[in-house]
Formats: sequence, C-alpha cells, structure tokens
Amino acid sequence: MIFRDVRKNKIKTVIIITIFFILVSLLVYFVSLYFFDNIYLAAFIGIAFSGLSAFISYYNSDKMILKVNGARPATREEFLQLNVSLESLCISAGLPLPKLYVMDTPALNAFATGRNPEHAVVCVTTGLLNKLDKYEMEGVLAHELSHIKNYDILVSTIAIVMVGFVTILADMFTHGWIFGSSRDSDNKASAILMLVGLVFIILSPIAATLLQLAISRNREYLADATAVQITRNKEGLIKALSKLEQDNIPMEVNKATESLFIANPFKGKQKDSVWSTHPSTSNRIKKLQEIQ
Amino acid sequence: MIVLLIVIILLIIGIIVLYNHLVGLNIRCNNAWSQIDNQLKRRADLIPNLVEVTKGYADYERETLMKIIETRNETKTMGELAKQSEEVSNNVKKLLMLAENYPDLKANEVFKNLQIELTGTEDKIAFARQFYNDSVQHYNTAIMSFPNNLLAKIMKYKEKEYFKVDQADKELVKVEL
Repeated sequence: MIFRDVRKNKIKTVIIITIFFILVSLLVYFVSLYFFDNIYLAAFIGIAFSGLSAFISYYNSDKMILKVNGARPATREEFLQLNVSLESLCISAGLPLPKLYVMDTPALNAFATGRNPEHAVVCVTTGLLNKLDKYEMEGVLAHELSHIKNYDILVSTIAIVMVGFVTILADMFTHGWIFGSSRDSDNKASAILMLVGLVFIILSPIAATLLQLAISRNREYLADATAVQITRNKEGLIKALSKLEQDNIPMEVNKATESLFIANPFKGKQKDSVWSTHPSTSNRIKKLQEIQ
Repeated sequence: MIVLLIVIILLIIGIIVLYNHLVGLNIRCNNAWSQIDNQLKRRADLIPNLVEVTKGYADYERETLMKIIETRNETKTMGELAKQSEEVSNNVKKLLMLAENYPDLKANEVFKNLQIELTGTEDKIAFARQFYNDSVQHYNTAIMSFPNNLLAKIMKYKEKEYFKVDQADKELVKVEL
C-alpha cells in the first residue's frame, strides 16, 4: 500500500517539476528573445535559468519554507520531552530522525517538510507545546511522520516552492521590476514584458489548481490512520485534533504554505469543499474513532 | 540446447534473487537488534544517574536496581536478555513512581530530565522490540519455507530467537506496585 503511495507521490513531483521547468523556460525565453534577438541565445538562457532555479528549489525548498514561517531549531536542551518523543516515534515508524523546529506563536499548529525521509523537518508551534500533553503531542508528531513516510512532504513542498516562484516571477515582470527602469524611453519593451506578465497572471490560477490537486485532502485521513499505527494509541491524536479545532487563534503564516499545516492556520470555515486544503476536523475525528 | 541454456540462466537468476532476499532479511534483523541494543545501553548509562539523584529516597528500590544492573555484562540468550530487560524496566518504573511522592525530588531539574529520558528510553525499547520481533518473524518464515530452506542451509542461516519473555518466566519478574 504505502509503496504505491510513495511512487505516486514521486511521479506527481516529477510532473510538477516538469511543468515548472517548461513554464519558466518559456517565460525567460520570450523575454530574452526580445532583448537579444537571437533564438539560440534566448533558448539557452531560458533553459539555463529555469534549470538552475528548479535545481535550487529542489534542494532548498525545506529551508525556504522554514524561513518564510520564521521557524527556529528545537534543541534537546530546551525541548527535551519533544525531542525524546520524536526519537521514540521514529523507531516505531522505522524512519531516520528528522530535524525538529519550533515556531514561536500561541496558535496551535504543526507541519512537516523536506524532500525525503533523510532530509525531513518536523515543526510545531510553541502554543501546541503548551496546550497538548505528551500523548496528544505524540499523536501530532506521528501524523507528521506519516507525511514524511508517504513522501507527501515532497509533493507539497516542491509544489509550494515552485508555484510561489512562478508567482513571484510573474509579479516581477508585470511591475517591470527587473528590466523596466533602465530602458526608460522604450515603451515597446515594457509593453511586451507586461504582456508576458499578464499571461502568467492568467496561468497562476491554473498553477494554484495544480497545487490543490497535488495535495489531496485524503492524505490527511491516511496520515491520521498511519499515525495511530505508529503510536498504537488513537486517543492522543483524537484529543489533540479536538483541541486544534476548539482553538481559534489565527496564525500568521505565509499564505502559500497553508496546505502544509495539520490544521488550517487561517481558521474560518470548517466544511469539506472541493477547494479547501484541509478536511474538516470533525470528519477526521469520526474516521479515527472508526479505527479498531 | 538453447532451451537448456535458458533454463539454467533462469535458475541462476532465481537463486540470486532468493539469496539477496534472504541477505536483506538478515540485515534487517541485525539492524533491528542493534536498535534494541543501543537503547539498552542508553538505559544502562542513565540508571546510575537515577540511583545517584534519588539517594536518600526509596533506598530499597535503589539497591535492587543496582544489583540487577551489575549482572548486566554476562553473555546471555535472547530470552534471558529480554527477561532481564523487563526486570530493569519494572524497577525503573517503580523507582520513578515512588519518587513522585517526594515534592522536592519532583521539583529537581536533574530528576525531571532523567524521568523524561528514562520514560522515553522505555518507549523506545518497546518500539524497537516490536520492530525486531516482526523482522525475526519475517526472517524465520522465509528461511523455513521451500525453496529458501535449501539455500538457507548452504548460507548457514539459522532460525533467530525472539526478544520476548516466556510466559513462565513472566510470572517471576512481576513486581508488586
């Protein structure tokens, strides 16, 4: 079962990276074609630029996500119980020990990121640390470890970073931030750049949809079930989820990274719809209770 | 002639696959065992600290614990090791629980950290034991089924022992709480 999931997630990631590569190559190609008027040079610049950015994104995506959310490492000295819990759960899950991070906020939330189990990160908020007891926390940690085990983190992390990258590029071209000002009198140039940017603005929702599809909500249910397998105690996770639901402190996180979190950081509506990134917590609790 | 050649080649490929499968299972068992072993060692390192910090409290339990860990280094079968491990577990838990009755000890930072570490180590041993026993079960089933058993005999792979306490022994190590 789990091996098939892992393969599916790897295929999804390859598709996302390919789409990213093609999109960015085309964008940079058209822009540089205008400036250099040479097809080969433009194609080279396009491919080199997108290849390099894909490469950098792939190897640094987890660091970028930790950075935009302001996470810091959770040392063993400061967070002994948290570290010990994670260590024992890793033995149970048969995973190498991921890096542990905390975010200083009273909100209750957690997420995992990284590109594979060897390069994975688990991050929890300090609010979660204060409100949950040991068993509830282990439920949450095990849920995040399941995402690592299934390679869900790979798909979501890569999708977030690449969609984010495309959005930023589109933004830059529409506002003419990179080339615009130096060629002040050249109106035609900025017009073309704007046009390219506009195309990308139109493409952005498509990219966002892609992201939604890549990170299916069913992954959350599956991760809950795997978490119970790891901890052999479903009460902890159930209690933790109901605490997460009752809590209504919104959290300041980067909007693009929303889908990574165990509970929706922006709170608000709690109903399953095609567009929600998170299944409703009550549905998750119901499914957990059905587990024998 | 060609048919014979194909059959031989297929046979060789089959043997290679089986061989690798068995080697893989054996390695997994050994890794699983080293995980238990690491945690047992870790616990053995932590216990003297616990004994030290609880000095003056629950002295009888402290001495019992000391006595058990002194006999640790003799070579034993898996079953005996498991039995001893459980004995240590029970005594550690008992000592930790008794210490709960002393407010000044409970407030002691060193004791608090030790409690977290030792409880964690107990969890890790339990998880590692489960993983090891699962691996051994896989391995034992594999080397006893046909045609693996022929190959296992050549490779000198023997049945492995589970890391668990026999039911009969279990009665003996029970502690009253």
